[in-house]
Amino acid sequence: MATLTAPVSAPSVQQSRPDRRHRRGAVRWVVLALAILVALAMLSPFVIMLLNAVKPPAEYSQNGPLSIPTHIYLDGLKNFWTRTDFTLKLWNSVFISGVVAVAGTGLSLLNAYAIGIGRVKGRLWIVSLFLLANMLPQEAIIYPLFDMAQKVGLSDSQWSVIIIFTVIQSAFGTYLLASVLGTFPPALLEAAALDGAGRWRILWRVVFPIVRPTLAVLMIFFFIWTWNEFFIPLVFLTSTDTQTVPIALASLQGDRLMDVPTTNAGALVSLLPALVFFLIFQRTLTRGVTAGSVK
Amino acid sequence: MTSSSSTTVVRPRRRPARWVGYLPYLIPGVVAFVLVIGYPLVTNVYISFYSWRGGDTPLRWVGLGNYQALLHDTAFWTSFRNSVAMIVAMVIVPTAIGLVLAAVLFDYIGRKFGGRAAAVLRASYYLPQILPVAVAGVLWNWILNAETGALNVILKGFGVTDPPNWLGSTSLALPSVMLVLIWVQIGYPVVIFMSALQRVDPELYEAAELDGAGWARRFRAITIPQIRPETFVVVLTCTVAALKVFAPIYVLTRGGPESSTLVPSYYSYLNFFDKSKVGYGAAVATVLTLVIVVVAGIILGLQSRAERRERENR
Repeated sequence: MATLTAPVSAPSVQQSRPDRRHRRGAVRWVVLALAILVALAMLSPFVIMLLNAVKPPAEYSQNGPLSIPTHIYLDGLKNFWTRTDFTLKLWNSVFISGVVAVAGTGLSLLNAYAIGIGRVKGRLWIVSLFLLANMLPQEAIIYPLFDMAQKVGLSDSQWSVIIIFTVIQSAFGTYLLASVLGTFPPALLEAAALDGAGRWRILWRVVFPIVRPTLAVLMIFFFIWTWNEFFIPLVFLTSTDTQTVPIALASLQGDRLMDVPTTNAGALVSLLPALVFFLIFQRTLTRGVTAGSVK
Repeated sequence: MTSSSSTTVVRPRRRPARWVGYLPYLIPGVVAFVLVIGYPLVTNVYISFYSWRGGDTPLRWVGLGNYQALLHDTAFWTSFRNSVAMIVAMVIVPTAIGLVLAAVLFDYIGRKFGGRAAAVLRASYYLPQILPVAVAGVLWNWILNAETGALNVILKGFGVTDPPNWLGSTSLALPSVMLVLIWVQIGYPVVIFMSALQRVDPELYEAAELDGAGWARRFRAITIPQIRPETFVVVLTCTVAALKVFAPIYVLTRGGPESSTLVPSYYSYLNFFDKSKVGYGAAVATVLTLVIVVVAGIILGLQSRAERRERENR
């Protein structure tokens, strides 16, 4: 078959090759240009934000949003920082997200140990219930939670937000970790049991060191997700002392003193932590995910 | 059966099953889960049968009254109609564009210009996904502001005398919100689909190319069927997110003007904390929960049917 068709098709290929390659050469630059155009459209709001965060208001009204500022104007940033007490807001966000990341990962590990390694009866039910909880709209639990917090004196407390997010995040973490631990090599567990290690010792001395990369990934996810949350912190953290970064920015909206540089500087410093955090841990994320799946 | 009876002969007392010893590890998780999700969820349904102004005020039983009122509430129906618009903006458009972008980056730009070019482009598509969505909303709220916003100032610079009020007019607010959500959402399918494409055997593409299949044909015949599992995951997670969307609406329009961008989650929030109609808000939240569970069930059902059909065809 191959020998038969080869001589027939060879000349036609030779004929069309230079022509096709030339056309392809043009096409590939058009495709690249289109892809870059989409990228520029996606990035343009960030560029506009950067330009106008450091542009004097007079220049904005004169030259518009696209002009390069003649000098760096930092009053908008200062204005936003002092008005929101941004240092405190940063600390609030770090504190809430950090505690949730650690506690949520710990709770996920305990649950997943019982489900993935203990193979507790009814585990399929438990995991499905946790997954279902992940899909629930937060509105369906918010008012009873709000009511409960008021009754136990945790209204306007960061601890109520921490407790709620620890449970919500660990619902997802349990699902993920349980499937990872479900494939844990039984030989390791048996060897440890033969050495006389109890369940608690096996968890910390055998299981924990091996799934540590996966736990690191979970912690990073929980931190970012909690950092970005809006609805529950909006309802629970009513005083300015307890608010997180996104709430602080949103609550200044419509304020008469929020001029263009203040708004843009506020948006800039509010998204920087998330961006920096993502850049730092990007490598850990890809490494951790593969480490977990290979095991 | 026989083995268990033989062990009882050897050991008179039956030992409890191995898994029972692991139950203590489940206690903190289950207690916390019941307290923070289970109990409040049930209580919310309970509240929805009452008329209640919240706090210490008395609860008055109204049975299905709140639900009956919902049937005649135009704002309620508007909010769910807008949910369809949210699904278009957060699921359908991003998934379709994401498929094309991922395939172009992976199978065209990645091969013709190298992986680095593809990675840089992918990162720039993904950037809006990283920041808090409320922050993105505040930024866009300013850009689209009728008076001082960047877009209208630019338009005025081009000589447009009366630029539109993007978020302030009943006809434009919803499309504007949808555009912002598309911008926020697009990076997610691109990243998921690109990692899915890495799973696909490159020989499939090479064979198709040797057979003379063009890019469009390879996209239809190989890319789409090969990454169907990931497409289902993206559609499911984004649909649930679209039905739950709250923060972008809160910072962009607060459901206005005249309820033109109202969504169910924001409507229940309004009833809970603004109008003090707690029972009514609970009914809205309960309906939303049911809709999400049913829609998710339908998508999961379609997925398992597609998988079954694929297995039969093989």
